Amino acid sequence: METIQTDVAIVGAGGAGLRAAIALAEADPGLSITLLSKVYPMRSHTCAAEGGAAGVIKPDDSLDQHFSDTVGGGDWLCDQDAVELFINEAPRELTRLEHWGCPWSRETDGSVAVRPFGGMKIKRTWFAADKSGFHILHTLFQTSLKYPAIKRLDEVFTTDLIVVDGKVQGCCAIEMRTGQMIQVQAKAVILCSGGGGRMFPFTTNGAIKTGDGMAMAYRAGVPLKDMEFVQYHPTGLPSTGILLTEGCRGEGGVLRNKDGYRYLQDYGMGPESPLGEPVLKTMELGPRDRLSQAFWHEQQKGNTIQTQWGDCVYLDLRHLGEAKINERLPFVRDLAKSYSGVDMVTDMVPIRPVVHYMMGGIHTDITAATPLPGLFAAGECACVSINGANRLGSNSLTELLVFGRRAAESAVAYIKDSGVSVDGAAANREATAVEARIRALFDRPEGDETTAGLRQEMFDTMEGGAGIYRDEASLTATTAKLAELRQRWQTLSVRDKSAVFNTDVMQVLELGAMLDLAETVASSALERKESRGSHQRLDHTERDDTRYLKHSMASYRGETAPPAIDYLDVTITKSQPGVRDYSGAKS
Amino acid sequence: MSRKPFVRPVPATTWYMRNGRYLRYMAREVSSLFIGLYMAGLAMGLMRLAQGPDAWNAYLTALSSPLALVFHVLAFAFATYHATTWFNATPKAMRIRWGDGYVPGPTVVRAHYALWGLVSLVILVLVGVI
Amino acid sequence: MSERTIELEILRYNPATDEAPWYQTYTVPCQEEWVVLDAINYVKDHLDSSLSYRWSCHMAVCGSCGMMINGEPMLSCKAFLRDFGRKIRVEPLSHFPIERDLVVVLDDFMEKLPRVKPYIVRDQEKPIEEGEYKQKPFELYEFKQYSMCINCMLCYAACPQYGLNSEFIGPAALALAHRYNKDSRDEGRDQREEITAAHDGIWECSFVGACSEVCPKAVDPAGAIQQMKLASTMDWYLERLGGVGARVKRSLSSRRTSK
Ligand SMILES: Cc1cc2nc3c(=O)[nH]c(=O)nc-3n(C[C@H](O)[C@H](O)[C@H](O)COP(=O)(O)OP(=O)(O)OC[C@H]3O[C@@H](n4cnc5c(N)ncnc54)[C@H](O)[C@@H]3O)c2cc1C
Ligand code: SF4
Ligand code: FES
Repeated sequence: METIQTDVAIVGAGGAGLRAAIALAEADPGLSITLLSKVYPMRSHTCAAEGGAAGVIKPDDSLDQHFSDTVGGGDWLCDQDAVELFINEAPRELTRLEHWGCPWSRETDGSVAVRPFGGMKIKRTWFAADKSGFHILHTLFQTSLKYPAIKRLDEVFTTDLIVVDGKVQGCCAIEMRTGQMIQVQAKAVILCSGGGGRMFPFTTNGAIKTGDGMAMAYRAGVPLKDMEFVQYHPTGLPSTGILLTEGCRGEGGVLRNKDGYRYLQDYGMGPESPLGEPVLKTMELGPRDRLSQAFWHEQQKGNTIQTQWGDCVYLDLRHLGEAKINERLPFVRDLAKSYSGVDMVTDMVPIRPVVHYMMGGIHTDITAATPLPGLFAAGECACVSINGANRLGSNSLTELLVFGRRAAESAVAYIKDSGVSVDGAAANREATAVEARIRALFDRPEGDETTAGLRQEMFDTMEGGAGIYRDEASLTATTAKLAELRQRWQTLSVRDKSAVFNTDVMQVLELGAMLDLAETVASSALERKESRGSHQRLDHTERDDTRYLKHSMASYRGETAPPAIDYLDVTITKSQPGVRDYSGAKS
Repeated sequence: MSRKPFVRPVPATTWYMRNGRYLRYMAREVSSLFIGLYMAGLAMGLMRLAQGPDAWNAYLTALSSPLALVFHVLAFAFATYHATTWFNATPKAMRIRWGDGYVPGPTVVRAHYALWGLVSLVILVLVGVI
Repeated sequence: MSERTIELEILRYNPATDEAPWYQTYTVPCQEEWVVLDAINYVKDHLDSSLSYRWSCHMAVCGSCGMMINGEPMLSCKAFLRDFGRKIRVEPLSHFPIERDLVVVLDDFMEKLPRVKPYIVRDQEKPIEEGEYKQKPFELYEFKQYSMCINCMLCYAACPQYGLNSEFIGPAALALAHRYNKDSRDEGRDQREEITAAHDGIWECSFVGACSEVCPKAVDPAGAIQQMKLASTMDWYLERLGGVGARVKRSLSSRRTSK
């Protein structure tokens, strides 16, 4: 087995991982940095983000406003000290990205333009037309090429963390092109491995978003926080889950049911705003959880349209006109035309809510450190938490930057302060055990189970039991089903025995990760007997601050047991829980 | 080492037969051959003119031979092809600012054709055809 | 929901067992609105789990899924079955070595990319406290098109010059150099020109234009390269004009350094 020695290993080269790598290279040019990614950096799913990144720069805006929008949007489950830090850092980070060449859209005077976004009371979302994440990712990747200290291991699939004496000392990975195991021995590891939306059937997440890093940390003993909070995006294309950015509504797009009626006004988000003049924080610019839930109610009432891909409502942009659509939303126009055959200039686009983002993730504190010494996490795989029970659109791209950098700084401080060194022999023993476990996957007798079959059953039970609305019965059934699937996964064999670019073994491992995570989602959801943000229970319809103004913490208890669920207090500094009001009644 | 990347050879002499796009490109390149030959013929004509009326008349007779006619038709076709492909490609290299954008590609192309027409007209007038 | 059946003829190659690539045909039941990638995923999930290929976003933005489809380089997630007949031939991208099945070796491009310095180069960095660089909408427009590249490599698979001489830096990397040259915040054009106008740079391009025809993001690398040729030629003449030339060159680029 090849051994690589490095100071800091970063798992994941999306927005968070690249930002962390650059921060490390800038913090100390003498540091050796190893950046592992299962795909080339520019394939990371950050590239799919369309809408933009939030940060206060305009004179009519204030940090306090961004704070209260975020905390309210998160239904008071955010840690307010973390939110405050995040909001203070946001403008600097976005400006830094501008200096690195990010092609932000501009005002006529040459300053950076901002657009409205759901749940934000003031326009503060920086955007690069409708390909913001793409440009952020490529700017970071290209900028990272400036730093020779960053050694990349592209297309290297990380399987496990190496833990020695209660400290993280590196990770094990499969090099895809050779099929060989590599051990990366490191003084500190930063996980930036992204979310796990692929455990659901309809999702805006790419094939690589299987939550591997979360599962690695979980199995190494780090609790997963707030996993029950899964965000649905209200406007996905039904056939493929492709996202039509919230920017569509920011620019003035409206939602209509089968009768052409703007139904959001019936769900506490009215009064109806005039066509083409969106009013911030009401109607279509309400938060995502509310919009997705309104869809569900319309569906129950039979107000949705039937398409070959299931029930839908309409996104109507026709009143914006071709010129504006081409200027601001050219990519989504192309997407809708290609994948749904609808030109949004002349027709309404059928859409439905699709799984989009996981608010929960690896438990970290405000410095991006996990409880396990030597392990840090940032980006969608982590839960700091600034997103609470419902992330506001355009906060997470900024989060990648702010906490990617912080994770790097914390890792450097940890190495300096603790003076850690890697126990090579012990790390090697750990890695050898991991290698044996991976080899054993190939030796499992070939049975009837298939990756695709198990995955489909996971989809069905997650969609049916842990979707937009949940209750005791559906969640109990889902947790039972997931326990069964995890057992059956133990007998799933790798059919392709070859070494080079074996995507079969990769899919088996990814499925294993998703099943573990799915179980934490369902178990945490079952235990949370209230409705808050994106977690809505039909049997507990109210928010219950006395019992559940707390983070859930799911801890691993082995291959056969469900997770243990504990709770951790939410940090509240200046905003006491209140009512989330999106009626536009108050100014 | 388990890797063994397979390199597909590119045929060094027949690569352009692989698709129509390459063939069109080769046609554009080959067209310069005809233009070259035509120029050589023209230069020869000048030489003959300098040698006196007999030489010139012999040259003119040679030009009206069927072979020469076929060659000229071909040369004209290739020259036209050459010119149009380059005209159509000009907007890629020439970007002229126009307000907050560029002069649209088709306009640049049309301007080239217009100029071509104008120059041809001037020449035709000069030599007395019209 | 309308269904139909297609025949996918896929070029297979497993370095452990095969001397050379060979075609395997799969019969795949398809939905009308599927793309070729959906059909390949069907093969992977239901017919043959050993098939290897890259994909992720399924929305033509990650650049993973480039393949030759009926001989044309295309993103398989944007190649609609409705545009093809019953039989579809799928091969790995041309001009790249095959690692396995539809997966090609991209080392060459990954090595070339940093050489063209695809990042902002400045003599003096502006402190973050001073805020953003001002960039007028037209200044953004000047380079925006060339910043849209998703590194999908279709242009390399289409470029016959790259096929004949893999030392050629190639369309996407050159377009990216042009993208930074054209950015009003950048001052690195001279540094980049040392690489792009040298051996294996822009002058290897004979303007076939195939790259721009296959590019799924309308980047127009061929245009970028021709503009670079023009600019580099101008530089060559200006250099030979001595002091006057230097002054002209400075005034041409003064627009950039003024901010
Ligand atoms: C369609 C879409 C649109 C969005 N739009 C917006 C928006 O407008 N605004 C906003 O703020 N947010 C948006 N988001 C959310 C935001 O884009 C993501 O949360 C964010 O990009 C995640 O970045 P990341 O760096 O954490 O992870 P990713 O970009 O997903 O990167 C994960 C990295 O980890 C690597 N990795 C994973 N597992 C392994 C493993 N086992 N071994 C090695 N490497 C591994 C991957 O290779 C990859 O490099 C959107 C999300 C989607 C899906
Ligand atoms: S220039 Fe176009 S074809 Fe070439 S890599 Fe970029 S996006 Fe792909
Ligand atoms: S899968 Fe991402 S470009 Fe096709």
